[in-house]
Amino acid sequence: MADWIVFVAGSLLAITGAIGVISMRNPVHSALLLVLTLFGIAVLFVSLEAHFLAVAQVIVYAGAIVVLFLFVIMLLGVDRTTDEIRGEEPLRGQRPAALILGAVALIELVLVSRMNVIVGKPSVAGAADAARSNVEKIGESVFTRYLFPFEITSVLLVIAVVGAVLLARKPKNPLEINK
Amino acid sequence: MSALRFSGGVLAASGVNPQYYLAVAAVIFTIGAVGLLLRRNVIVMFMCVELMLNAVNLTFVAFAKMLNDVGGQVAVFFTMVVAAAEVVVGLGIIVSIFRRRKTGATADSANLLRG
Repeated sequence: MADWIVFVAGSLLAITGAIGVISMRNPVHSALLLVLTLFGIAVLFVSLEAHFLAVAQVIVYAGAIVVLFLFVIMLLGVDRTTDEIRGEEPLRGQRPAALILGAVALIELVLVSRMNVIVGKPSVAGAADAARSNVEKIGESVFTRYLFPFEITSVLLVIAVVGAVLLARKPKNPLEINK
Repeated sequence: MSALRFSGGVLAASGVNPQYYLAVAAVIFTIGAVGLLLRRNVIVMFMCVELMLNAVNLTFVAFAKMLNDVGGQVAVFFTMVVAAAEVVVGLGIIVSIFRRRKTGATADSANLLRG
């Protein structure tokens, strides 16, 4: 019973937050509701015994990524232009088409998730319910089986940092970037 | 692993069938996709991408539970790294678009390859 309560609470948090993200007119409110969704998903992670990921979710997403969003919103003053949801449609019929496609995709995804099509060999990378703690198992897996991808992510992060600095840098001469 | 103990006995970490988690992930993914199509504010569109990424993360963890394999959780770990990198670069692009176009705040104002 208790696990159902946790599941329903986490799902409700996540889904209400998600609906709020796309329906709020002010991007600041959207960003704050995104925190709600991310927290709900962290709750679901806990109930799926992914304790490390739940903590990382709160720290990385709610702590870092949403703050970055809010920082950019405040920096650019995007919250002033909030009327776009009711503005002109650049493409005629885009909104009904989007809603219809969304409904079709939802039905399809839920149907697929209800079918028993889960194939695969269990416990390739290590059993998730072994006697050790979740952090220990993920750590062992990352540093043995997935060591090479893990090293590649460090390269990715360095490239992202360099790219962000290059993009956000204010050129001294405005024409310099066109050379 | 089940650290939660109630007086009635050990609380299983989740007796809920992971398929229900997949359904929740499907709903969140669809909300994100519809938001991406409906909204024109670049930053909100970015948040919708984050919603979809999170839905997929939830799917990974649910499958990790179904197949009893910690590899799914490692995949989520990598997804988080990629999402962080994506947000940093994407917001950098948004900042540079906004710097060039003071008034335009929608995705339609980015209609030139170099402006």
